[in-house]
Amino acid sequence: MSGLEIQDVSMRFDLPNGGHVQALQNVSLSIKQGEIMSVLGPSGCGKTTLLNIVAGFLAPTEGEVVLNGHRVEGPDAERGMVFQQGALFEWMSVRDNVSFGPRMAGKRAAEWRENVDHLLDVVGLQDFKEKMVYELSGGMQQRVALARCLANDPDVILMDEPLGALDALTREKMQGLVLKLWKETGKTIILITHSVEEALLLGEHLLVMAPRPGRIHREYHLPFADLGVGKDLREIKKLPDFGERREEILGMIWDMEEEIMGRSEEAA
Amino acid sequence: MTQIFSDLIRELAVLFLSVVSALPAIIGYVAIILLFMLAWRVIRNRLTRAQDYTSLKTVTFGDESAVISDKSASVISVVLVFVIWGAFTGSGWLPGFLHAPGPFVGEAEFVYTVEEGNGARDDAAVTVIVHRTGEVPETPEVPPGDGFAKNDVLIVQAYRTKLLRWDANDEATRNDGAKIVAINGVPLTREADVDTGFGRVALTDKGTLNFEPGKGWQMEDIWLPAPDSVWRRLLSISREGYQNVTLAEHLSYSLFRVIVGFLLGALVGIPLGYAMGLSNWFRGWFDPIVEFMRPVPPLALIPLVIIWAGIGEQGKIILLFLAALWIMAIAARAGVSGVAISKVHAAYSLGASPLQIMRHVIVPNSLPEIFTGARVAMGVCWGTVVAAELVAAEKGVGKMIVAASKFQDTDVVLMGIILIGIIGFGIDMLMRRCERWLVPWKGRI
Repeated sequence: MSGLEIQDVSMRFDLPNGGHVQALQNVSLSIKQGEIMSVLGPSGCGKTTLLNIVAGFLAPTEGEVVLNGHRVEGPDAERGMVFQQGALFEWMSVRDNVSFGPRMAGKRAAEWRENVDHLLDVVGLQDFKEKMVYELSGGMQQRVALARCLANDPDVILMDEPLGALDALTREKMQGLVLKLWKETGKTIILITHSVEEALLLGEHLLVMAPRPGRIHREYHLPFADLGVGKDLREIKKLPDFGERREEILGMIWDMEEEIMGRSEEAA
Repeated sequence: MTQIFSDLIRELAVLFLSVVSALPAIIGYVAIILLFMLAWRVIRNRLTRAQDYTSLKTVTFGDESAVISDKSASVISVVLVFVIWGAFTGSGWLPGFLHAPGPFVGEAEFVYTVEEGNGARDDAAVTVIVHRTGEVPETPEVPPGDGFAKNDVLIVQAYRTKLLRWDANDEATRNDGAKIVAINGVPLTREADVDTGFGRVALTDKGTLNFEPGKGWQMEDIWLPAPDSVWRRLLSISREGYQNVTLAEHLSYSLFRVIVGFLLGALVGIPLGYAMGLSNWFRGWFDPIVEFMRPVPPLALIPLVIIWAGIGEQGKIILLFLAALWIMAIAARAGVSGVAISKVHAAYSLGASPLQIMRHVIVPNSLPEIFTGARVAMGVCWGTVVAAELVAAEKGVGKMIVAASKFQDTDVVLMGIILIGIIGFGIDMLMRRCERWLVPWKGRI
């Protein structure tokens, strides 16, 4: 079967003082192939832990992740990752960064060159191929990270707040770019974000998580991502449905934050 | 214990006194700095008015970006060092009016008055010839003069003193009860010396005269040679060598030791640091050793290295190897530990193998730290090699200056110190060049 299955995953961290933190409890979820899913939730709800488990950087204490019928045992080229701060290799040029995956796989330049150049054109870096990454702005670096991930042709792309460090204007442009790439490549994408608007715009499938223990609070299936492809995202935000959903989810997260504050006040 | 404490207090008091006595010089120097600053401001404002961003800031106090090294101040400062040096050594590079008053040199005369036991007095003149170091003036013939006291000639070298046995040619001697009562008409006693204007005359316990020519404010060559004589010495030594060893040989031996010792240290230290940065077991194994050896100054190892390996090349290279080893190991460890985990994760999810991650991520990521370590290690090695050569060596700049100090060739000592400084500075500049060329991304992300 194709798609990504998260089956009853729990994650427990032991603390040095003898206590423990239940970062995730019995999370089950299935994501269809080619689906774009956004994950929202207050801090400490285990979003990043879930992403790290799917990426294979962490092994869950219980449960398993199954991709296209086989169990995830560790990091692999089939699951690409885009980090908040790019995590680019600053000792390499833009082109060397983007071609890193194919080069490590032992492919010759002739095999990857065309695709890498094409991807750099798509993300709008055609004039910066030979530049070193430290010469680029934050938004450009994030586009390099996207292209680097795509150049490796993964089945699933995991994004950990990839647009979080960008300014508002660049962020809007990048949201459009992510939607465009999603539609053109047909990749499965999981995207963690702190912004409710971003989650609504980019999430065909939207997951709201709750903290302590980290668990799924609500799941939505939304039309906005499909509507937004190739359109001005500001128009999407004006839709009455969009505003309603935004208020609903904001209220939900607000209540959770209130609860956390209340609990920590009781503890204090 | 109280003994030690009171001794240390006394040392502190002596130190304090010498600092206080140096205060006028320090205050004078600061005054010169401020004077030049004001003068330069006036000149610069006349010429052009800077209109860069910094000059437009209204608040610069405490603003790090607004404080940049003023190149003209640097130039003036360096020139002034040489001017002061030259002024107090009578350098030929400076016009005479800039010289501090020098020692008295030349011919002069003073008159002494002898009183016999019976109260009779007579005067005689002393012709004094003060000559420079190394010169041997001719002794002039002087007429003995009349009376029982006869004229004398005194030849003395600048900065030295000389006893005058004035009665050697006189008719009345000290044995007869004659004694000197005045110089140039000024009464002379054991307690009160007489200043003749070109030197001081004192009466000794035995009744002879002690003459000390005026020293002026200039330093004697043996304390501080003039910059031009250091330069001439550099030229002559680079041609003829010092004590049968050429300057090039001295320098290349020192550099050879530093480079070989540093390379060996890096060759062992970098893999050691990588192992410590990548494996818990190696980290645990070497942490106590590295953390203990790091604060031990390499100079403290010199005696042990001499006992173990003698004073040959081997011992020195072992010493420099040890000096570089710990620094390089710690730098490499920090470079490996400092790799952002997201970069390693990114490489893994791009399909790289651990070996590829080592080669393409961890090693390049650690290069800036390793370069910083290498710069520190080269500096320490250069300092250590000079010190080791001071203790025991046959060749090397350190050996050259310690040998020169034994023969009081202060110009060679100074020349050696300046060369050591220039080479140390050159090594650091070279390392920075390499750094900018090899790890241009350093500090950029």
